[in-house]
Amino acid sequence: MSLQATTSQTVGPYFQIGLARFYIDDLTGPGVSGDAIEIAGRVFDGDGQPVPDGVIEIWQADAQGKYAHPEFLEELESIQKNDAPAKEHIDALRRLGAFRGFRRVPTQADGLFRFKTIKPGRVPAPDGTLQAPHIDVSVFTRGLLRRLVTRIYFPDEPSNVEDFALKLVEAGRRHTLIAKKSRDGWLEWNVALQGKDETVFFDS
Amino acid sequence: MYLPHTLSEVTGPSFDSSAIDVKASDLTRQHHGEPLGERIIVSGRVLDEDGRPAAHTLIEVWQANAAGRYRHNVDQHNAPLDPNFEGSGHTLSDEHGNFKFITIRPGAYPWRNHYNAWRPAHIHFSVFGPAFATRLITQMYFPGDALLPFDPIFNCTTEEKARNRLISLFDWETTLCEQALGYRFDMILSRRDSTPWEKS
Repeated sequence: MSLQATTSQTVGPYFQIGLARFYIDDLTGPGVSGDAIEIAGRVFDGDGQPVPDGVIEIWQADAQGKYAHPEFLEELESIQKNDAPAKEHIDALRRLGAFRGFRRVPTQADGLFRFKTIKPGRVPAPDGTLQAPHIDVSVFTRGLLRRLVTRIYFPDEPSNVEDFALKLVEAGRRHTLIAKKSRDGWLEWNVALQGKDETVFFDS
Repeated sequence: MYLPHTLSEVTGPSFDSSAIDVKASDLTRQHHGEPLGERIIVSGRVLDEDGRPAAHTLIEVWQANAAGRYRHNVDQHNAPLDPNFEGSGHTLSDEHGNFKFITIRPGAYPWRNHYNAWRPAHIHFSVFGPAFATRLITQMYFPGDALLPFDPIFNCTTEEKARNRLISLFDWETTLCEQALGYRFDMILSRRDSTPWEKS
């Protein structure tokens, strides 16, 4: 059986009333290991104007490169049930419910968004290599028929040069996916919806 | 540009039942009084393109009230707010992908896109499904709505069949005698590439 996927429609201007309950900007804290980081940036439209009514969602692995994904955890369990350290890690993830890898934050009047997280570990790529640490991002705003999908990579990360996804991107545009270190230690990563420095967006 | 799915795209967030407010799927019972308008029951299934259910997945909805007004500070339409209606709710699908909301049929509302622009009645739906790749936000419409042919947003979906699948179906099976009309709205999530735990 093959069904046709339901088509996407814009979130419109009033998504706040529907999506605010699951705004999650910080899940660092006791029991979540890894380097805590804060990522902030702004969403701009094609004229360079801030987008005050967008919403950003992220999905990422934990510091050990494990996704808090139910099927993945079960598979890990069945493969590695005799591997005590792996089992311990899985149990820890379960117990936590803690590091779930998801955040959702709205943009503010000046297009600004920010969230706290931990730097993710490396996860496998389809070609058998390891991907550089990255965060998957969805951007929703009024006027967009469907979400935009992109990624955040980290500055000063040697594995960026061999990353499966970054290698697919034209060299001159890769910088749009890599956060910049600010003086105060947080990371800056902006989204340009259109224009000459448009962020790289992926179809998938 | 095209990015083949990696582990990052074939996995996705899940939400524990402890995060869910069980009362949030009945939008008519969020206040002491009852909201004005026509009570409806919107139910359906969330499936993938192979017909497999998306179990225990988070579904969020938001909508205007019966008068066509959103409870949002940007909405300046001069229709009344309803003190007994928030217009938002959420639920988890069950193990077969089934979900159900009880709500009020939303009114049409003017949106100033062009002269005399009115949006047909609609409910916004947000669904996660099993993976980052399956994330979907869409809108559900009502059968027979005279505004549908004129709505630029509904008609953004250029393929007629795909567009018409955004229109819910009136459903006697879920219509409750002297209570509420039933509408069915199934959502089909896009495909994710084969997942590491299915390759064996």
